[in-house]
Amino acid sequence: MTVSGVNLDLTRVRPYGDTLDDGWVQMSFTLPVPCGPEATRAAELLCEKMGLDDVRVVYSHDIAGSFTFFVVYGKCVHSVDFTAIKVPKVNMKHMTFDEINEFIETHIGRKIVVVAACTGTDAHTVGIDAIINMKGYAGEYGLERYPWFVAYNLGSQVPNEVLVAKAIEVGADAILVSQVVTQKNIHIDNLTNLAELVEAEGIRDKVLLIMGGPRITHELAVELGYDAGFGPGTLPSHVGAFIAQELARRMGAWTPSEEV
Amino acid sequence: MSRINLDMSLVERARRAARHIADGIEPEIAANTTTTIERTVLRLLGLNGVDEDGVPLPNVIVERAQAAGLLGDGIAYWIGSAMVHEGQSASEVAKRIARGDLRLEDIHPADEKAVREAVEAEAVRMCAYIRGRRLERERLIEELDTAEPPYIYVIVATGNIYEDVTQAKAAAKCGADIIAVIRSTAQSLLDYVPYGPTTEGYGGTYATQANFRIMRQALDEVSRECGRYIRLVNYCSGLCMPEIAAMGAMERLDMMLNDAMYGILFRDINMRRTFIDQRFSRMINAYAGVVINTGEDNYLTTADAYEHAHTVLASQFINEELALRSGLRPEQIGLGHAFQMNPDMTDGFLYELAQAEMARAIFPDAPLKYMPPTKYMTGNIFKGHLMDAMFNLAGIISGQTIQLVGVLTEHIHTPFLQDRYLAIENARYVMNNARHLGCEISYRAGGKMEERANEVLTRATTMLEQVAEIGLMSAISQGMFAGVKRDPRGGRGLDGVVRKRDGYYNPFPALLMKELSSPGFAPRLWRARAQAQSHTQAQSHAHAHAHAHAQARAQAQTAAEGGCR
Repeated sequence: MTVSGVNLDLTRVRPYGDTLDDGWVQMSFTLPVPCGPEATRAAELLCEKMGLDDVRVVYSHDIAGSFTFFVVYGKCVHSVDFTAIKVPKVNMKHMTFDEINEFIETHIGRKIVVVAACTGTDAHTVGIDAIINMKGYAGEYGLERYPWFVAYNLGSQVPNEVLVAKAIEVGADAILVSQVVTQKNIHIDNLTNLAELVEAEGIRDKVLLIMGGPRITHELAVELGYDAGFGPGTLPSHVGAFIAQELARRMGAWTPSEEV
Repeated sequence: MSRINLDMSLVERARRAARHIADGIEPEIAANTTTTIERTVLRLLGLNGVDEDGVPLPNVIVERAQAAGLLGDGIAYWIGSAMVHEGQSASEVAKRIARGDLRLEDIHPADEKAVREAVEAEAVRMCAYIRGRRLERERLIEELDTAEPPYIYVIVATGNIYEDVTQAKAAAKCGADIIAVIRSTAQSLLDYVPYGPTTEGYGGTYATQANFRIMRQALDEVSRECGRYIRLVNYCSGLCMPEIAAMGAMERLDMMLNDAMYGILFRDINMRRTFIDQRFSRMINAYAGVVINTGEDNYLTTADAYEHAHTVLASQFINEELALRSGLRPEQIGLGHAFQMNPDMTDGFLYELAQAEMARAIFPDAPLKYMPPTKYMTGNIFKGHLMDAMFNLAGIISGQTIQLVGVLTEHIHTPFLQDRYLAIENARYVMNNARHLGCEISYRAGGKMEERANEVLTRATTMLEQVAEIGLMSAISQGMFAGVKRDPRGGRGLDGVVRKRDGYYNPFPALLMKELSSPGFAPRLWRARAQAQSHTQAQSHAHAHAHAHAQARAQAQTAAEGGCR
């Protein structure tokens, strides 16, 4: 791989400003000290400790007399080995609305039932609404609109117990939980609690457990014992395709190598 | 003069429909009380504190009264009876009841006249106290309120009231005029108000009377330091609307988020409970000289901002009508709206500005609250900062009153100190640089913007007339607002709705309304008149009293001259 006619060493990747390997990064932060030459020096020293060379404090401004805001440029001395990176990703093939419905009809032969909620104290339904509601998001219909899905959106601030009870009541194939509020990692406790409940109710083998939200990654999902995690930018069809394919795979009705 | 040409006959039709809608829920409000209303009565009679398990004393008493089937008489009736028999003050008997030294069931009904005399003497004292706090604010406004609208409104939300103080003071020094302390997630669903100063919260800080006092005191200090009166906002919504209003009134909060339908739609609080609670909470806010902020902006977080703009306007008419019936002056009704259209939309700014001008023209006396883009903030802080600048431009051109400044890190975290500094800098830059642009603009007759404003107004009027026909509760059950359906028998808090019995007694509504409906009642809310740039003579509010209105007009005239010259 070459950049600007120079061979790129993927084992030593550094930031790109305007020349390969120059290492330029931009940063802004605030120090709790009054604005002045000492504050600027403090910012420079801190940036050096963060691994920046040639530190340039291009802007500093007083905030309320006892804080200073900085904009800083510097050359990062570190590099990363791009070839050694492995990020867990949700394993699925993208499909459209029609392809998903057809896939379910062919490989599963019955409607897929999902229950979804924002659980715990979380009141933000934006994410779960985007995935489930008829209207959907970014021009894509939500799962409610799919003829081969039966979707129950329980809304916000739903206790985990209620979500699990609903899943049992309707014989859900998948449980979707959305978490938006992540301050002080409150979502981790709540998500862990849900996974434990599903386990305790003895339905863990019967359902796909899926989490979503702006700070959610698939890696976190796997770590907490979920089947998948969907982050920002997820569309209803991503979630729909994953559920359909994973369910078919578990039923032995389909293998990923097969043409979708 | 309004700069955008609207069909004012539609505005009249919309207001008429809003009156029919409010008439429809009036019997519900008149016939019932709620647990939180009765707890508010206890608080206003001087009861505060918690028992050894941390349960607020007003809850302890009201729960017992409800269990004993006594709440339909009004808690004031039983407290009053005990006062007459025991010869003690309301808070003394209330404390004894809470401790269990005096059983509610053992209180004999006393002579009604004696009960009312005993309770009213204390109620009058509390009203005088709240009036005193209002006058204290008016003196501070006279002395210190130098800011020009749009007033810069920022939020703090650390969870720790003492950390909030640090952030709020810094924000004020950066130029913020209004500080809102965001409540801890889900406080709206607590059927009690937490007690004392708090240092732990999620996504915000608990609204407690002690926290109100700590923050108001800190802002008074920083107001003096900055030479500007810094206003404090909290949330009068959820299951404890009137209790929070009472606490805010006692602690001189300046603004309260207080919407007639927000809790129903977005927190699944029972609609009967909400309608009954909002009335009393708004009376208290009115009396305290609080400016309420309604929550229509929230509709656009679930529904598309272009497609559903008319639902915002329809809700504003309903909120306005219900607020006027609670004794709030038009100048106290900070109707909410938002800049939430998809930024990829061609001419989106024109439509946003058209709607902002429309709201300004329809509600000339309202201190409109304009909310920033949040839905399409992506984490690209650079673009987000630009979107916030466009929002600020729309705000200054259209003469909004309360501008909740957008923060570039929206959707990433609750604002850092520097995020707020950058947001305020952005707002001050744009609003200073384009300060009188609005005065120079008139919109092309028959142009895109005039057409858009009238289209939204037409759709809102049609919607209101439909709602008036089927009734507000059915309209909400059918999902006509924000696309959310709620059942009149569903949601939280219905178990706290109690039918009033003959002889029900609560001294406060009559005391408050007596003063609120007197022609001379016109709390001073701002020094610079909020509606500097536009106000039309065509408007008149059925419930506004001529004298106060004329006074407000005179104030408006003075400021308008300063605003557009």
